[in-house]
Amino acid sequence: MFGLDKKDSTLLLIVALLTMLAPFIFNPFPTDSGLAQFNAGYPDLMQRFVIFGIFAIGFNILFGLTGYLSFGHAAFLGVGSYSAVWMFKLLSMNIVPAILLSVVIAGLFALVIGFVSLRRTGIYFSILTLAFAQMSFALAYSVLTPLTNGETGLQLTLDDPRILGSSATADGSIPVTNLFGLEMRSAYDLVIGPWSFTFSAGYYVCAIVMLLSFYLAIRIFRSPFGMMLRAIKSNQQRLNYTGLNPKPYTLAAFVISGMYAGLAGGLMAAMDPLAGAERMQWTASGEVVLMTILGGAGTLIGPVLGAGAIKYMENIFSKINDNVLHGWFAFLPDGIEDAIVFIIHPFVGKGWHLTLGIIFMLVVTFLPGGLVEGGQRIARLFNRKKADDPKSASTEPAE
Amino acid sequence: MGILEVKDVGKRFGGLKALSDVNLSVAENTCHAIIGPNGAGKSTLLNCLVGKLIPDTGSVMFQGQSVLGRSPHEINQMGISRVFQTPEIFGDLTVFENMMIPLFAKRDGAYRLHAIESVMNEKSLIEEAEKMLEEVNMLDKRHMHSASMSRGDKRRLEMAMCLVQSPKLLLLDEPTAGMARADTNNTIDLLKQIKDERDITIAIIEHDMHVVFSLADRITVLAQGTPLVEDAPENIKGHPKVQEAYLGEAH
Repeated sequence: MFGLDKKDSTLLLIVALLTMLAPFIFNPFPTDSGLAQFNAGYPDLMQRFVIFGIFAIGFNILFGLTGYLSFGHAAFLGVGSYSAVWMFKLLSMNIVPAILLSVVIAGLFALVIGFVSLRRTGIYFSILTLAFAQMSFALAYSVLTPLTNGETGLQLTLDDPRILGSSATADGSIPVTNLFGLEMRSAYDLVIGPWSFTFSAGYYVCAIVMLLSFYLAIRIFRSPFGMMLRAIKSNQQRLNYTGLNPKPYTLAAFVISGMYAGLAGGLMAAMDPLAGAERMQWTASGEVVLMTILGGAGTLIGPVLGAGAIKYMENIFSKINDNVLHGWFAFLPDGIEDAIVFIIHPFVGKGWHLTLGIIFMLVVTFLPGGLVEGGQRIARLFNRKKADDPKSASTEPAE
Repeated sequence: MGILEVKDVGKRFGGLKALSDVNLSVAENTCHAIIGPNGAGKSTLLNCLVGKLIPDTGSVMFQGQSVLGRSPHEINQMGISRVFQTPEIFGDLTVFENMMIPLFAKRDGAYRLHAIESVMNEKSLIEEAEKMLEEVNMLDKRHMHSASMSRGDKRRLEMAMCLVQSPKLLLLDEPTAGMARADTNNTIDLLKQIKDERDITIAIIEHDMHVVFSLADRITVLAQGTPLVEDAPENIKGHPKVQEAYLGEAH
């Protein structure tokens, strides 16, 4: 299907189903139940899942395949966001030109930064990308204020020209982002009994873009280019003596992953038309590294899983405060209740980073292949159990 | 005029004179061995031929073109392949993928962005890769992770990766170093077969005299950075200068 083999087609199909049905999957709890706070099926968060999924898929093309660890990818995301917001200010509120420009500008940025950074390998490469990203952050934060509006961040105003659109709507407010008239904010609530599911236009636009990016990533992974990138990670010396020049390959991978980051940044601005310098900070660059490693670097689905896991924790775990904890453990005698809340308190709410850190440590130590390896191990365990059962063993095709 | 002409090559590392006045001519479709005691400059000479080092003086011509100042991948594209002392393969890739990379390099040159096509659609290259693997008896191992193979298999794979590009000149850097006798003999047989069946020139650096005398048509003895003698194998064996170089003047 679409030039993919059976295994990859299945994977693509599963991801397509999951993203399309996400409003159901992430809202398993009735709205009024105590567990409703674990529902992640609201548009804002689902958009973040897929947007950061795109960011991580792109990052994985560089890091997962070539092994070059960039610590500055958030710069491309930030540049993408700024470009998109400028398109909304100058041209129109349609997201297509905005996203196209953010991909192109991020690609050009990546070309320049990659050209310089790729003169070094290993830790020096990482440090160079980090330096470039921090320079971009500093420029956006203070020096280039006319372009980026500094600390406040770039926002839409009523005096923006928007030559192909209108500066203000009829009732005098700032127009909203749209895809040829389909407003990104529009949403439909489906209420079934106690459950409520929100279908937002913005989420589905992001999800379709994510599926396209994922499909493109599979094609890259299976292409001669993808194989060369893995060869670069494996043995550059042999590659040189085999008549191949690794530099253009790594630069192309760097630019492609920069364009993915720009796409993610553009989509972010398309969902919520503002851009701030903090998107370029080194913590944001570090986050995508965590996502990729947590999910499984070099695997196809890993980065998406990692992005989802981290964004879920950031938004859901951080909401569990002391009151919620007291509510959960109210059935216990007061002393014990307080003690348990005291123990759990540092790991939730504002302390969610601690939980993330522990999970990350456990994954890196026991599952170096990330969540994907965890899944594979469970599947293998499952298969072995099946194989022990002679009846099912005969029906299962040999691997 | 040989396929490879080395003229007056000299190379210093600080105060150490690694090579001086090296003149060497490798005739087409022969096997030329370069032998010499440790520190004679054999590896330095080889590195000058493949673009890893640039000699301070002299010239290196391959088929009438200078290789000096060219990078290793350009020199490979001219038709020179190199086998390393410790096998250099793509350990993270399968045996089959290891074979595909040199084939892509040969067909597409040093760089081409093939990002959308599938490797599996390259039917003719796949056929070529499998044919070569069959020739070195590794077809059954094609889905193996190449890092997990024995050293002998890695060596054979590396050789196959070089040969599948049908190079004009194959450079071998101590191909049997650290090998068991049986593996060494297998390698000799493989090289003999390559020599007989293909239009290929082989230049080999070797310690093992057994290997040298079973393969070489011509031998150059290098000592202290300069060629001592160049002659046919039967004349080298008893040559007094060679014995002196190997045993040392003090004896």
